[in-house]
Amino acid sequence: MSRGSLSADLNELMQEVNRLNPGSSLKLNDSIVCTIYSRAEEITGGIVLRRGKPKFDWDKKLDDVITSRVFGFPSMLLLLAVIFWITVAGANIPSEMMATAFFWGQERLTALLHWLHAPAWVNGFFVEGIYRCLAWVVSVMLPPMAIFFPCFTLLEDMGYLPRIAFNLDNLFKKAGTHGKQSLTMSMGFGCNAAGVIACRIIESPRERLIAMLTNNFVPCNGRFPTLIALAGLLVMGMATSLSASFIVVGVVLTGIMTTLVVSWLLSKTLLKGVPSSFTLELPPYRKPQLGRIITRSIFDRTLFVLRRAVLVAAPAGAVIWLLANVHIGGVSILAHGANWLHPFGQLLGMDGYILMAFLLGLPANEIVIPILLMSYMATGTMIELDSLEALRQLFVAEHGWTWLTAVCMMLFSLLHYPCGTTLWTIFKESGSLKWTALAALIPLGIAVIVCFVLAQSARLLGWV
Amino acid sequence: MIALAGNPNTGKSTVFNALTGLNQHTGNWPGKTVLRAAGRFIHHGLTFKLIDLPGTYSLMANSVEEQLARDFLCFERPDATVVVLDATCMERNLNLALQVLETTPRVVLCVNLIDEAERKKIYIDYRALAVKLGVPVVPTSARNGTGLDRLVENISGVATGRIETKPYIIQYKEEIEEAVRRLEPKLKKLVGDAFNTRWLALRLLDKDQAVIAAVEQWLARQDDPAAGMAEVILA
Repeated sequence: MSRGSLSADLNELMQEVNRLNPGSSLKLNDSIVCTIYSRAEEITGGIVLRRGKPKFDWDKKLDDVITSRVFGFPSMLLLLAVIFWITVAGANIPSEMMATAFFWGQERLTALLHWLHAPAWVNGFFVEGIYRCLAWVVSVMLPPMAIFFPCFTLLEDMGYLPRIAFNLDNLFKKAGTHGKQSLTMSMGFGCNAAGVIACRIIESPRERLIAMLTNNFVPCNGRFPTLIALAGLLVMGMATSLSASFIVVGVVLTGIMTTLVVSWLLSKTLLKGVPSSFTLELPPYRKPQLGRIITRSIFDRTLFVLRRAVLVAAPAGAVIWLLANVHIGGVSILAHGANWLHPFGQLLGMDGYILMAFLLGLPANEIVIPILLMSYMATGTMIELDSLEALRQLFVAEHGWTWLTAVCMMLFSLLHYPCGTTLWTIFKESGSLKWTALAALIPLGIAVIVCFVLAQSARLLGWV
Repeated sequence: MIALAGNPNTGKSTVFNALTGLNQHTGNWPGKTVLRAAGRFIHHGLTFKLIDLPGTYSLMANSVEEQLARDFLCFERPDATVVVLDATCMERNLNLALQVLETTPRVVLCVNLIDEAERKKIYIDYRALAVKLGVPVVPTSARNGTGLDRLVENISGVATGRIETKPYIIQYKEEIEEAVRRLEPKLKKLVGDAFNTRWLALRLLDKDQAVIAAVEQWLARQDDPAAGMAEVILA
């Protein structure tokens, strides 16, 4: 580094500083802060007028309940359950209607192609491959998202997120990590990549790494539709949508617990240290901007997730149709892959197709269900797939799903490696391949172990 | 270039969105804006670049956010800085506003959330505040779009120099002022108008390592542009 004349002047200047403020005897910082505070007080006194207190402090009363030791957690769970219930119950009817409409369209398309004397593969590739897959993606995923995301945004806009963080802060402290991790975790409910970026608010590198490595354990926008759809599928025909919502709450709680346990383990082993403290300001509750919430949650979240799912699902639909229809040695390529993965999938309570869907779904979690649907449909014999009940039949009758399959798939979806975007973000934020690899391997390991233990013990105990 | 500063959760991002027509994610919780968001708006044919800084309580660089905000205000030198204040807790918000006024004279105060303050029966004498601090004060409710036209008008005025500001400068105790008086002329000779020398003098007296390093780097670049570049690349 070249030391020019100007830099030398600065050195001289700093000597002057030392003469003026020997041994920091001026206590500059304290004095300055004091002066600023007292000036601010003075000015405020001169210009702000309070005309009596408001009659009733709703903020405080509400906070007394929502963040209290006794009611904090129950009210949080209740709220979550209500949101999921609204989502599951409300999504059924539009899903059904959309499915009906889309399959009416499929029949017309097939009829049209038939009338045009198009070769059979055109119908197979475009209609049964691409169109049918897109139709399912939209009708299964759009309604739950269109209900869930506005509800979630509503809570965020009102100021509920910091209250969640407040409730959880103590637990995170016990896990040996930074209280702000509860904020980054809440952020992860929206998008894990965003959650990982949010980890920048944690100053200590140790605690920041823990927060980044565990962010993936809360389901993001891309995985909620999967979880909600699976929960709906799980209870369909047997129980009400109320129980489906409890299942999703259970999954979310499992995710939070995993976050805490893994954080605790990390802070005891790889990333030892003491948690640092911080202050969290509880912002006032604000009247949410309803119009904004609806437009924002529809455009930023619902359509964003759907677009990603569709963009990937359309070509994937084509590719998978090809894979399912190109045969090597009498068996389709898709079946080869799935068969190869099948024993492993079985060990984990799932099957080869599900594992393959998770593998192919690495770029974006949204497309796991679409891929699975496509592979099932491409290999299934069922022609008339025109209702949600028929979809359930496809899973249960054709591919031997049990409750265990659905539960294992939900758990795997919750715990497995983060999506490609998130991994890339972790790499950019941590600047280390090692930690990025761990960010994928730790969750994967946990997902495999949990599913394996659950599947094996369920079978051993004869529950399935 | 216009910077948007303010305490956490005062609605900076809402103001930002309202001005730029962008859709930066807003949320009612502190610490939401981590990345620096940038957008543009046009007023009377002039294009302004608006930077949404993370919310901070002070510019003392106690945290990453504070350091980010301070470095931006002091070293990037925006043409105008909008300080967004929460009308329901002016005292705490003014702490930051006073510190911003120390770094730059071109400031517009945007007193946001006035609807909420009204509900809480808090009344603010904006005119008196503007007179006291010597900069434009605009009451807004960014969510409802109230007062934004006037805000834009004032930002443009301050940035172009059409509106002259006479910022309120805090006087510290005599020993400090004395030291500043001794140091400031020498600083002026060294850095010219590139930095606010009063602020710099205070920071140097406080032996703020981050500021000293930044000035050192800046000087090295002035000394030898090539060496400065090398340093940037190394950094």
